[in-house]
Amino acid sequence: MENFTYHRPHHATDAVKLMKAAKDGKFMSGGMTLLPAIKHGLASPSDIIDLGGLKHAGVAVSGSVVTIKAGTTHAAVADDAGLKKAIPGLSKLAGGIGDPHVRNCGTIGGSIANADPAADYPAAVVGLAATVHTDQRKIAGDKFFTGMFETALKPDEIITAVEFPMPKRSAYVKFPNPASLYAMVGVFVAELADGSVRVAVTGAGPSVFRVPDMEKALEKGFSPDSISGVTVKADDLNSDIHASSAYRAHLVNVLARRAVEQAK
Amino acid sequence: MPIVSMKVNGKEVSGEVEGRTLLVEFIREGLGLTGTHVGCDTSQCGACVVHVDGKAIKSCTALAVACEGAEVTTIEGLAKNGTLHPMQEAFRENHGLQCGFCTPGMIMAAIDLVNRKGKKLDEATVRHELEGNICRCTGYHNIVKAIQDGASRM
Ligand SMILES: Cc1cc2nc3c(=O)[nH]c(=O)nc-3n(C[C@H](O)[C@H](O)[C@H](O)COP(=O)(O)OP(=O)(O)OC[C@H]3O[C@@H](n4cnc5c(N)ncnc54)[C@H](O)[C@@H]3O)c2cc1C
Ligand code: FES
Ligand code: FES
Repeated sequence: MENFTYHRPHHATDAVKLMKAAKDGKFMSGGMTLLPAIKHGLASPSDIIDLGGLKHAGVAVSGSVVTIKAGTTHAAVADDAGLKKAIPGLSKLAGGIGDPHVRNCGTIGGSIANADPAADYPAAVVGLAATVHTDQRKIAGDKFFTGMFETALKPDEIITAVEFPMPKRSAYVKFPNPASLYAMVGVFVAELADGSVRVAVTGAGPSVFRVPDMEKALEKGFSPDSISGVTVKADDLNSDIHASSAYRAHLVNVLARRAVEQAK
Repeated sequence: MPIVSMKVNGKEVSGEVEGRTLLVEFIREGLGLTGTHVGCDTSQCGACVVHVDGKAIKSCTALAVACEGAEVTTIEGLAKNGTLHPMQEAFRENHGLQCGFCTPGMIMAAIDLVNRKGKKLDEATVRHELEGNICRCTGYHNIVKAIQDGASRM
């Protein structure tokens, strides 16, 4: 593992200054993705700027929104009693990420900044029409993920929180890769407060995507049968040793129906 | 080089580390506590699990410098005055290990599980919660039994 200089600032402004001054700096939250990447030689930052000192952690449920600060671990999200009531689908999603030790370190900010095509949170960010807050601006969830491991973030921009509007009902169902536990396919279905429906799919394509045909069908009738005939094309989906694109396309429909059934 | 100080198994310790020094390297090579194992070094197997501020983490995927001021417990910190911790005793009695390589991580994970979910654990819960700990020998059966037994004794 290549060496680097470690920093632990206490304010976002200092973190940004350190990032600007670094030759090739990287922010770190839980380190559960970044440290393995450095070990594999996929990243070799000159400086690591640990955001743990910013104390950006906690879940707040107020009125019709839930705000989760960027440094909140998956375990803390999954255990939050307020969230369990407000958005059970999101709570369950966090509790299904990786394993208990990963959940004790990994954070929501780190997960969405990383934008792994098989990560779970992107499905909730898009599926619930969330807003990503950074130290500089607010970014609509729909505009945040721009491709495989690509986001709308600038290199020196820090995610501070994610704001989720409370839906009428929602659920997330994933088919985990049995070895890595990441989503082979994961589908988040939500009926939002205004009655519109979202179906967001992770794991299947290069980046999270919505399925408008399913959304329209579910707006007419929110039941698994409404979408039994609505399929997605396999052409643009991922294909690897774990699953072919045709299998992933099949899973999208199966998991979407299960999510509709489980939505609460 | 940065100096890091933390409390390990109740004792204040400090030492020089590099930015990249992993917590498990500091524990094994810096402090000579070799009970914590490195099985995969890719954050998968859980042989390296220790408790940091009361939470189970994979010490191969944590920087030593980031643990400044933390309270760390390793497998060596469990026995008191020569008496094994009830979870250790349960692994011994239930034949919850063969080669023993995964055992320190299994036991640290098991104690964390009891801390989170209580002493009455059904088999399905234990199996599910062991997703982050891999054993190449036992087939898990006796590990699950040992954890259920150890939990009830804690
Ligand atoms: C064994 C294992 C299993 C896993 N299983 C799953 C799974 O099933 N599903 C899943 O979704 N994920 C899974 N993960 C990934 C895990 O959820 C990671 O915790 C997460 O992807 C990254 O979060 P982190 O806080 O550790 O970020 P880090 O590793 O610290 O950072 C990741 C990236 O985000 C950037 N970053 C971090 N914080 C911020 C911020 N606040 N603002 C801007 N940029 C930031 C960093 O610079 C880096 O590029 C797994 C990981 C492991 C090791
Ligand atoms: S050595 Fe840390 S998870 Fe395998
Ligand atoms: S006892 Fe050998 S790896 Fe578990």
